[in-house]
Amino acid sequence: MTLPSDKSGAATDTLRGGPRRRRVRTGGIGGGGRGAPLPLLVPALIGVAFLVVPLIALLVRAPWRSLPELLTSAEVWQALQLSLVCATAATAVSLVIGVPLAWLLARVEFPGRGLVRALVTLPLVLPPVVGGVALLMALGRNGIVGRSLDSWFGITLPFTTAGVVVAEAFVAMPFLVISVEGTLRAADPRFEEAAATLGASRFTAFRRVTLPLIAPGIAAGAVLAWARALGEFGATITFAGNFPGRTQTMPLAVYLALQSDPEAAIALSLVLLAVSVAVLAGLRDRWMTAG
Amino acid sequence: MTRTARRTRRPMQVAALGATALLTLSACSSSDDSSSAKSDSSASASASASDKLSGTVTVFAAASLKESFTTLGEQFEKDHPGTKVTFSFGGSDSLASSITGGAPADVFASASPKTMKIVTDAGDATGTPATFVRNQLEIATLPGNPDKIASLKDLTKSGLKVVLCDKEVPCGAAAQKALDASKLKLTPVSYEQDVKAALTKVELKEADAAVVYKTDVHAAGDKVEGVEFPESADAINEYPIVQLKDAQNTEAAKAFIALVQSAAGQQVLTEAGFLKP
Repeated sequence: MTLPSDKSGAATDTLRGGPRRRRVRTGGIGGGGRGAPLPLLVPALIGVAFLVVPLIALLVRAPWRSLPELLTSAEVWQALQLSLVCATAATAVSLVIGVPLAWLLARVEFPGRGLVRALVTLPLVLPPVVGGVALLMALGRNGIVGRSLDSWFGITLPFTTAGVVVAEAFVAMPFLVISVEGTLRAADPRFEEAAATLGASRFTAFRRVTLPLIAPGIAAGAVLAWARALGEFGATITFAGNFPGRTQTMPLAVYLALQSDPEAAIALSLVLLAVSVAVLAGLRDRWMTAG
Repeated sequence: MTRTARRTRRPMQVAALGATALLTLSACSSSDDSSSAKSDSSASASASASDKLSGTVTVFAAASLKESFTTLGEQFEKDHPGTKVTFSFGGSDSLASSITGGAPADVFASASPKTMKIVTDAGDATGTPATFVRNQLEIATLPGNPDKIASLKDLTKSGLKVVLCDKEVPCGAAAQKALDASKLKLTPVSYEQDVKAALTKVELKEADAAVVYKTDVHAAGDKVEGVEFPESADAINEYPIVQLKDAQNTEAAKAFIALVQSAAGQQVLTEAGFLKP
C-alpha cells in the first residue's frame, strides 16, 4: 500500500509506528550534518514532554496502596464493562455504516461530494456536548426523528445503553470514515478495474478485491474510532444521561468521582489508561506492523 | 484522563503564584479594611462611599442561584461603576473541588453546608460561611402535568421517566433525604450532574419529571409545572456564602457578600422563590 498524503493517512502512519521512509536519522542528537537541527529538536522534545508528563503525573499521584480496594468495587467493573461493550458496539456500527460511506466518498463522483464529506466529518471538530444536544434534538423522545421512533416503534434512545452507543458512534464514526477514505484513495483502482474486466460486479469487486486491500486502513480507523468512543464524555452525558450500569461509562464515572473522591478518579483514570494502552499495543502487533 | 492530570497540576502553580501575590496584596488591603467595613453597611442603600471599588470579582455559585445572582451581579455593577462580576455556575460539589484545586475565585456560594465544608476543611475560606437563603425541593413536571403527578410517591410509578441530581450534588442529596424519610424507593433514568441539567431534561421533554428546587421551577417559567410535596420540608437546603482565602479582589468580594445579605439582595432572592435563612 502506498502512503496516502492526507490527514487520515497520517493517522494511519502514526498507528503503524510512523512513516518509516521519512524517519530522520539522528546520528548523534544535536550533532551537525545529518542530525536533527536544534530549532526542530527542542520544540519536538517539548512536545513529547507536554504529552507524556500528564500521564506520568497520573502514575506518580496514583494511590497505589489503596488501589486494589478502589478498583475491586462493583461500580468500577460495571462502568468498565459498560464502556468496553458500548465502545465496541459503537465501532461495529461505525464499520457497518462508515466503510460504505467512505467508499462512496472515495469512489463515486457526485455533485456536492465535498460538502457531504465536510458534513460527515463535522463531528470531529464539534464540541461533543453540542453533539449530544443535537442528538437530543434529532433522536430524543421529542426530537424530529425520535418522536416518530417513539410513537411508531415505542423506541426511546435517551437514558438507555443504546443511547450511549448512538452518542459514541456519532462522535467516533468520522475518524473511521476519514481513515478508510484516505486508504481507499491511495489504493490502486486498477485492481478493481481488472476484477470488473474479469466479470465481477462492482459489489463483488468491492467485497473480494477492495476490502482485503484496504483492511489495514479499516483496522486503523476502527482502532481510532474505538479509542474515541471509549473516551467519549460530553455527548454521552448530554444524550444518554448518567445511571450506573446503564449509561454510566468510565469517563462519566471518572468525572463524577473527581467531585467527591479524587483518589478514586485517579484510580479509574489509570484503568482507562491501561485499557487504552493494552488495546493499542495488542492491535498494533496484530494488524499494524504488517505492510 | 490527561485532562484530569493537567487540571490539577496547573492550578497548583497558579495557586502558588496567587499566594505570593496575596502576601503582598494583603499588606495594602488590611489598611483599607476599616473604611470598607463602614461603606459596606451603607452599600445597599447608597453606594456613594464605596465608589473606589474596582476590578473584577469572581463568584462561584450553585447552579440554582443562576437567575437571582445574575440579577444581583448587574445591580452590583450598577452600584459600583468600574466593577465587573463574573460568575461560574455549576454543581456545588464540582465548584468546591475546583476551588480546592486552585481555581481563582473571590466568593463561593454553595447549595449545602456539606459542599461548603469541603472548601473550609481545605482551608480555602476566610472567616465562617454565613447562611443567606434556604431552598425547598419541588417536583418539576411537563407543562399541564399530563402524568397527573401529585405527590412524591407518584414518581415511583412504573413507566415514568424521572431524573434526579447525582447524590454528590446538594439537590440530589436533599431528594434522597426526602425519599428516605418517606421510605420511598425511586429508580430514576439518570443522575444528572447539577440541578439545571436535571431541569433541562424535563424542559426538553426527555424526562417526565425531575426533583429540583422551587427556585428552578420558578425560573423555568411555563416550560415546566411545579408540584409541591410535603416531604420537602424534611430536606430544606441551607445556602452558605463565604469569601475565599485566595481572593484577588477582597474589597469587592466583601461588598458582594454584603449585597447578597442586604435587604435589597434578600428581596431579589425571595422573589426567585428562596426562603429567608
